[in-house]
Amino acid sequence: MQQPDNASVLHVRDLHKRIGRKTIIHSINFDVREGEIFGFLGPNGAGKTTTIRMLVGLIRPTSGSVSICGYDVQKQPEQALQYVGSIVENPEMYPFLTGWENLMHFARMQEGIDEDRIHEVTQLVHLGGRIHEKVRTYSLGMRQRLGIAQALLGRPKLLILDEPTNGLDPKGIKEMRAFIRELAAGGLAVFVSSHLLSEIQLLCDRVAIIGGGRELAVGSVEELMGTGRGMVIWDVEPKEKALKLLESYVDVRIVDAVGAAVLEDAAAALMNERSIVTETPEERVAEVLDRMVREGVAVRGVHRVAPTLERLFLQMTEGEGIE
Amino acid sequence: MKRFWAMVQNEVVKIIKKKRFYIVLLILAVLVPIFSYAQMKQSLERRDSYGSDWRLEVQQAIIDNQNSLSSDRVPQEWKVYRQIYIQQMQYYLDHDVNPNEPGGVTFTREFINNSATLFIPLMILTIASDLVSSERTTGTIKMLLTRPVRRWKVLLSKLMALLMFVSLIVASAYLICYLIAGVFFGYSGWNIPIFTGFVLNGSDVDLTYVQATPQWQYLLMQAGLVWFVGVVVALLAFMVSVLVRSTAASIVVMMAALISGSILTNMASAWTSAKYLFMVNLGLTEYLAGNPAPIKGMTLGFSLGTLAVWAAVSVIISFAVFTKRDVLT
Repeated sequence: MQQPDNASVLHVRDLHKRIGRKTIIHSINFDVREGEIFGFLGPNGAGKTTTIRMLVGLIRPTSGSVSICGYDVQKQPEQALQYVGSIVENPEMYPFLTGWENLMHFARMQEGIDEDRIHEVTQLVHLGGRIHEKVRTYSLGMRQRLGIAQALLGRPKLLILDEPTNGLDPKGIKEMRAFIRELAAGGLAVFVSSHLLSEIQLLCDRVAIIGGGRELAVGSVEELMGTGRGMVIWDVEPKEKALKLLESYVDVRIVDAVGAAVLEDAAAALMNERSIVTETPEERVAEVLDRMVREGVAVRGVHRVAPTLERLFLQMTEGEGIE
Repeated sequence: MKRFWAMVQNEVVKIIKKKRFYIVLLILAVLVPIFSYAQMKQSLERRDSYGSDWRLEVQQAIIDNQNSLSSDRVPQEWKVYRQIYIQQMQYYLDHDVNPNEPGGVTFTREFINNSATLFIPLMILTIASDLVSSERTTGTIKMLLTRPVRRWKVLLSKLMALLMFVSLIVASAYLICYLIAGVFFGYSGWNIPIFTGFVLNGSDVDLTYVQATPQWQYLLMQAGLVWFVGVVVALLAFMVSVLVRSTAASIVVMMAALISGSILTNMASAWTSAKYLFMVNLGLTEYLAGNPAPIKGMTLGFSLGTLAVWAAVSVIISFAVFTKRDVLT
């Protein structure tokens, strides 16, 4: 059994899945370490859920391996899965049972979970008040919390959450993030998938980006953000003169309309027919601005758009779309 | 092992909390009084026409059937049935035993006899057909299969719970039937002799092996056969429930099979290879009662064997599919 380093809880190597003749997952590789929040980012249909299902043994990989705490999920599912708590897609529990009965149900499937532990996780996710009501009557947020309680029952080393903030209100989303950070601080490895890039950016330490069933990048969030090029929006008049001026700089690249389409909505709202979008190194902006003023270009505004994971992602998937 | 029984407990809890079993009990509690009342009306009417002597009634039945034998309008195969019936009735008459002695026990025997192929299997379907498919419909299968338990253990725990409920359904059918019918007909009749062991040779009945069995013993044998049929139907429904995603589809497939069975038994006597279908073999209690088999060449042993093969194959398919299949939705 290969084991790269002791801190690696989840170890995914060369994962492929073919259904019929179609290969839907091409060679996914990553590691998730103890105490880190690992983001799994990709648009809907990119293969996130299929990959997650392979992580927890719901789908058998065509080739490649998933090991959890050193145990292969396919070959030793009983050992491997005892270290994992997961919610795959929606937190689906038995609606005709109460929250408590649901937790009892899953507790019975695993060694060493007593009623005290159920009390503990119930407190942890703040479900104490309504735990004895039927799940049928729960809101989505409560179901999500019950799902997490279920996932935490077996004191896992790895928590897998598929779109954990889906369907939560802004307050609920904030609470969920704080909660996930708290869990990771306690040494738990948390694997979070999302199609919301800001979500990953705000929450995760490291991220794997996938699109079309392929892994596009894996790395720390800061590292990957560094590769994203910062952009500057120039609101200037006359436009032609400014363009000529900008083109004279080697390290300034004019971004055409297609390139500018990756801008966030908030940045795009700043633009008008006079706007020029460029990729400009941060330290160059003052110099260019100074020259513009000297050469009689009226500068109405200069906006630096911070690089975002979103931009990075779109650069990688070449405008495949976020939704 | 302890954990395995805890999982069986899980399945039992789910079946009970889904109120499936209550529905079964409710249906029995509603239907049995209706049939009991109808039966009581019938016996009252008989008493009006034949008086209190059951011999007159049996004699009349024999005469009626004999008359129909000479009629050209009656199909040949029906005539065989009637000849057999006449000989059996004559045997009861000769030994001075009332074949239809009214009473709670007799009613129970008759009711179960009539419900063994369709009614009780339908009750079993209410539980068996959604055992696996409902987990897939609701998506809870993902929670179930991401626990550190091998898939075959998950399926086996469901199968165990199912077998327990099959037994429970058969037992409660008897119990409810007896308790309710007793109100109408009294609770006696345990020791009435019932003749079994009629051997059929075409339209002739060989009486050498006939023996009188007390009714309670007959009920036990009958219950065993009904239970066996129930288990076979349950295992088949279980397989369909593994294969089909929707519970509705799963129930419809099994209902169609069961109903086609009761249609086929009435018309397939010419198509002899139909005897290998499980649906025509469900009438095990008919052998006990000495009624002719729907298709030539069928015996109690043959039917038991055929059903056992069908059951074994469906268990194999259930486990093979459930343990290998990707959970995609």
